[in-house]
Amino acid sequence: MSLLGTLARLEAVRSGRAEPLATVRHRHLSDRPLVLVPLAAAAEDGAPLAVLLGTDRSAPRLHIVPQPLNRGQRYAFLAAFADDLLPYLESCAAEVERIEGSEKDPQTGEKIPTFRELSADAPQLIVPNPGAAQHLALLGRATRFRRTAEDPDPGRYPAPTQVPLLGRWLTHLTDRAKVPGSSLLLPMTGLLARHWATGQSQLEDQHLGAQLAWHEPPSGLSGAEAARLVESGRDERGQLLHPPAGPTTDPRFDEKLLAPAIGRYDAALAALRHAQDEDGPESPRAQSAQASAERAVEQLRALLTEVLLPTWHDVWRGLDLLRTLPPAAHLPERWESDRWSFTGHRERVAAGEPPQPRRDDAVTAARKLAQREREQVRTDVQEALDDPLAMAERRLAGEAFSGEVTELVPDWDTSGRTPKPRPLLTVRTADHPHADLGREVHRAGGPAVQKAVITAVDPEQGLITVRVASGMGRKKEPEPGSLPAVGERVTFTLFELTARQSAPLPEPDDTPWTHGGPPSATQDSPTTAEEWE
Amino acid sequence: MTSTVSPLQPSPGVSLGTDPGAAADAAVAAILDATVRPAARAPRGVVVDSPPGAGKSTLVVRAAQELVGAGERLMIVAQTNSQVDDLVDRLALKAPGLSIGRLHGSDARPAPEALRHPNVTASTKPADLLELDVVVSTAAKWQWVKDVDPWRHAIVDEAYQMRSDALLAVARLFERALFVGDPGQLDPFTVVGTEQWAGLSYDPSSSAVVTLLAHNPAIVPHRLPVSWRLPASAAPLISTAFYPYTPFRSGTGPGERLLVAGTRPDGSAVDAAIDEAAEHGWALLELPARLTVRTDPQAVAAVAATVRRLLDRGLTAHSEQGSTPLSPGRIAVGTAHRDQAAAVRAALTALGVPVDSTAGPAVTVDTANRLQGREYDVTVVLHPLSGRPDATAFHLETGRLCVLASRHRHACIVVARAGIAGLLDEHPSTEPVQLGVTVKFPDGWEANHAVLAQLAEHRVRL
Repeated sequence: MSLLGTLARLEAVRSGRAEPLATVRHRHLSDRPLVLVPLAAAAEDGAPLAVLLGTDRSAPRLHIVPQPLNRGQRYAFLAAFADDLLPYLESCAAEVERIEGSEKDPQTGEKIPTFRELSADAPQLIVPNPGAAQHLALLGRATRFRRTAEDPDPGRYPAPTQVPLLGRWLTHLTDRAKVPGSSLLLPMTGLLARHWATGQSQLEDQHLGAQLAWHEPPSGLSGAEAARLVESGRDERGQLLHPPAGPTTDPRFDEKLLAPAIGRYDAALAALRHAQDEDGPESPRAQSAQASAERAVEQLRALLTEVLLPTWHDVWRGLDLLRTLPPAAHLPERWESDRWSFTGHRERVAAGEPPQPRRDDAVTAARKLAQREREQVRTDVQEALDDPLAMAERRLAGEAFSGEVTELVPDWDTSGRTPKPRPLLTVRTADHPHADLGREVHRAGGPAVQKAVITAVDPEQGLITVRVASGMGRKKEPEPGSLPAVGERVTFTLFELTARQSAPLPEPDDTPWTHGGPPSATQDSPTTAEEWE
Repeated sequence: MTSTVSPLQPSPGVSLGTDPGAAADAAVAAILDATVRPAARAPRGVVVDSPPGAGKSTLVVRAAQELVGAGERLMIVAQTNSQVDDLVDRLALKAPGLSIGRLHGSDARPAPEALRHPNVTASTKPADLLELDVVVSTAAKWQWVKDVDPWRHAIVDEAYQMRSDALLAVARLFERALFVGDPGQLDPFTVVGTEQWAGLSYDPSSSAVVTLLAHNPAIVPHRLPVSWRLPASAAPLISTAFYPYTPFRSGTGPGERLLVAGTRPDGSAVDAAIDEAAEHGWALLELPARLTVRTDPQAVAAVAATVRRLLDRGLTAHSEQGSTPLSPGRIAVGTAHRDQAAAVRAALTALGVPVDSTAGPAVTVDTANRLQGREYDVTVVLHPLSGRPDATAFHLETGRLCVLASRHRHACIVVARAGIAGLLDEHPSTEPVQLGVTVKFPDGWEANHAVLAQLAEHRVRL
């Protein structure tokens, strides 16, 4: 954690309320995000129990697995979940932009114009916490290879057709969420923690309700007291007043309420089968057993709605809070990358490509790592440029300095045929950058990309002199306005303001001997039998 | 968190009777043989594990000479520009007959030491250098080289520092390779999460050698058995604490390296620590226990005062290489974080100690990452856990402590707040266990305790 972050946490402890860490919003928020709160069944990793989702805060839709151990019901749930989610994803691709580019003809070397379609919008899933995202990744892993009745070899247990499609999308969205600065799938706790510091630990911030308690503590309570109440307050039945945001549930809820309700459902189902066998399916006894089984499902739905709704409202409250911040300047640029990611995956699905392999091959893993490292640099730089508080963190870390220009001395590099402007700029600053002589610095917020080299440092006076080396036009005199005037405030960074290009990697088929050679085609074939029943 | 190897008991397999020179020569001969004259069905890679100061650089130079002598051209991959410049300089000095190419990026001019030799050609374009005997560059630059015929031979220096994805990008450039590195140093790292690839043999964030060995099980790593850098006081500790299964010994015996002060101690704790280190090779200058910010002003001042006194007391280093006065260029200060290094540099400047090497001989002040592969007579180390409230994975990393504690030829003075042992006991490593990932042994927790136990015997309280 940065020094500024620690300071903000200390201030939050003292004030009893969350303190701002940002002056702008650093993540894109869709006009129509889909909020999704999943619950997992205890004991079995990745077994779904319920999901509450929707784009309208007043109309959440609930899907449940009445008996979480029943695989048939699990896939009925996943099919219903897919029917609910996939139309939303598809709706985001309703409008497209035509992006003009150019490609070199491999034979003639001439440039040929090309057109690509880019979806004008992209889906955005907001989940309560990273655990929920992890749960969705597991669901994606469990479903994307399922065979359906449409497969040439459907196997003994074909899944509903939309289930593997759901798995591919969940895999894509959760994979994309690992790219720094991306916004297709975002956990609310992470969003809030990026923009505000609470007076509790990062671990405690994983509880969305407790984290929000620092934002709007009830009158008379401090954030810490409100958070403690959210974490541990229980009603007369011994149930948490504010259930955890999932995907796991409170063990006492499981024991006292959920298990008995599932037991009643199982019993009702057994009675129904018994009555159907003995008296026939149309008999009055079977009909009344049918009604009580349906009642048991209704009870389960009511129970799960009760534990999901507080988190549902929390996520929307979090969105309200985030919308109070103005969007950062670079968000459209990063959102465009998200739109490309969405468009690309949609095209791969439409083209009939197989689902994402179980494991990345060596080249794909290296490519993804390179992309994530590049995006991390890009996000860090853009956040610093967009937000003085983010830049303050870099300044405190000695990676940048801000101050007033005290002197501008014109000078020229006369080594070439025509003299080039190389003026000396002196800045008075209270910052303490790791300013070694000869180090290259970059001007932030200038009219053009501008590099300079540190030529003198006077830590006593807080003076740093740099020789500006670029961004002044091609003439002998610097372009008007390209240099800051005396008295103007400038910021220079010691880090580059663009992410470096990643080096090229071989094609997967050219994987070298050091990495085991090309991956064999059969090894990760998606049709390798995987039985889930 | 216990191990079967007791930290300070001499490792099995180190026979102190044999002549270290002969043992090292035998190891080098076997490596050169496997590299220059590989058997018919031998694997395409040769891996050499080298403990600190075991003559890795000398080996690289000799292997290059022998390969060129056998009529081959070769490429050399190092990890940083300064490593490349060092290597070019050394190669050009030792083998004036070789034609050497220094391939560099457009924004990274090679150091003057590398370019002062008539047999070195520098260029940003590989095409300019293809005909030369040896072409040296960083892994980052090699990755961009295209449209060339692969070299028959390559040497990869500091291979344990190289990331698997970098090897993936450069492996197309050579047919066979000699990988040389120190497995005990810092692992390569990344700032983004890589859990999803943990356990895969080609995890792109793991070390190049780990990937290579996983895919080429026929490769049996060679070992260099003798550290020529570390004195007899340090080799046993470093060997048992950081290389428990691949022990090594020092090339010199007890008493062969001497550090003698020209002036008497002034009675201060700093001088007492210097005398302790001069006599025993280790000293712990301990400040009272206290939780501090990273750039603990008192600890930084103690480090700076120690360096100042080291220079003022006119120390002379006597060794098998002769007697030399301890000059600023032979002293290094090691820290865990860059801001700590910056704070020490500022404190040293205030005491009039030169720290800028561009303006003449200067004390090197840097982080563990940047001190890798470097050698000094005396090092002063700001302990990574000094004054901390917690022991994170970063601060517990085995390689970090190993680098800091193994840069010296004579003595190492560690400056730390009291209470590190207690801190370690309160923070056992809690990193999740990943399936398929080889457990690194020893872990940093264990190694830290081993080093602390040794230092405790040489404690001087400030």
